[in-house]
Amino acid sequence: MVSGLINENPIIYPKKERRLRTDSSNTDEFTPEPIDQLEIFDHIRDIKDPEHPNTLEDLRVVTEDSVEVDDDNSYVRVTFTPTMEHCSMATIIGLCVRVKLLRSLPARYKIDIRVAPGSHATEDAVNKQLNDKERVAAALENPNLVEMVDECLLPSAE
Amino acid sequence: MDLMEKNLELVEIQKLEGHTDRVWSVAWNPVSSHADGVSPILASCSGDNTVRIWEQSSLSRSWTCKTVLEETHTRTVRSCAWSPSGELLATASFDGTTGIWKNYGSDFECIATLEGHENEVKSVSWNASGSYLATCSRDKSVWIWEVLEGNEYECAAVLSEHTQDVKMVQWHPTMDVLFSCSYDDTIKVWWSQDCDGEFECVQTLGESNNGHSSTVWAISFNATGDKMVTCSDDRTLKIWGTDIARMQSGEEYVPWSHLCTLSGYHDRTIYSAHWSRDDIIASGAGDDAIRLFVDSHDSVDGLSYNLLLKKNKAHDNDVNCVQWSRGEGDRLLASASDDGMVKIWQVATKP
Repeated sequence: MVSGLINENPIIYPKKERRLRTDSSNTDEFTPEPIDQLEIFDHIRDIKDPEHPNTLEDLRVVTEDSVEVDDDNSYVRVTFTPTMEHCSMATIIGLCVRVKLLRSLPARYKIDIRVAPGSHATEDAVNKQLNDKERVAAALENPNLVEMVDECLLPSAE
Repeated sequence: MDLMEKNLELVEIQKLEGHTDRVWSVAWNPVSSHADGVSPILASCSGDNTVRIWEQSSLSRSWTCKTVLEETHTRTVRSCAWSPSGELLATASFDGTTGIWKNYGSDFECIATLEGHENEVKSVSWNASGSYLATCSRDKSVWIWEVLEGNEYECAAVLSEHTQDVKMVQWHPTMDVLFSCSYDDTIKVWWSQDCDGEFECVQTLGESNNGHSSTVWAISFNATGDKMVTCSDDRTLKIWGTDIARMQSGEEYVPWSHLCTLSGYHDRTIYSAHWSRDDIIASGAGDDAIRLFVDSHDSVDGLSYNLLLKKNKAHDNDVNCVQWSRGEGDRLLASASDDGMVKIWQVATKP
């Protein structure tokens, strides 16, 4: 039986209960809240894996701790763990994370995306591609690729 | 007088709005400047698939958009370059083609389209005499085109020695020697022994030559052509030099060598570096800043450079290109950014 999927049996982790935000220290409604780790994780947790009907959170491709943010310096780094070492979908996943953050975060943000060290066979090559903005720009002018990315970013109907 | 002793600042003269997407590059028309008695002209190219031509009015001194070159490229226009005569503008696009536009004063017409690259064209450069054009692409190749009579362009060479995406090509300012830099972290030098159009790679400047450890984004030569600066994703600028007199007189290629590395000044990728006629190196980086560097003239241990000034938040986003104007002594700098703006700056003494 040949199904063509790279990872036929991904591990799906139990869904974590979502924390309600109860931070009431800032009572001034006009001052923007600093963007924190959870807010950024909320933007990317529901991105669908390109191959399976599961989210990046379900598959532990991204976790809250995989987001490092420094709001004062408008910097974020997301470290994601592909489900398999030779996963050729790694660049697509990275691209989806970047596009979601580009669309969700203020323009002042500098975004770095990388695969978790040791989690992928061609880690350096993947990281280099994901962080070359000219390559990313050209890729996003490819309608087929954009369609694939938009599919992954569509909210699931649950 | 030593520039470091003067109290200099980078003053924003004007912000040029109009592009509807990021601006990748700017290019000053070489034959128009205040010194020539002609209004300075600047071209900018963008992710909105167009090229805009900006001119400074001699009356009001303000810059306006004279023309928009559109409906030709179907994708991002990544870079543009004026021919030495100022009559032609070459435009390199992600659509895989290079456009050649003729300047008819108030209007531009696309007189030729160069095809051949397999995918995005990243950069285009004219040699000093305007007899050759070079282009490079993500297809890893560098093409040299011969400029013939009657708006004809003929491919003279397809050079395939880079192992990755080639980011920029730049002809030497005085000799027909071509330089290219790439995602493969190297700079390659292409030379034709008998000046017969047979170009070959005569040198590769990589990590083993004190070269860059990541993508090299740009190359710029000083006015005399004996030095060049390169900038990289490794967040350094590197200065290289050669014995230009020996090179110009002899039959032989004289190799380039590393002179100096400027590290610790940039926090993000450096996308552009440009060497002015009066020896100021400008850099544009992914931290939204423009930096100016000058020779420290501290020649005890060889060449060294000092940071003359840093302009934080020069733009609201990455600075993709910095270009000094060609005029003598006016110290005008143009910059292009992901924020969709082109800005004109002047180096001036603080009041």
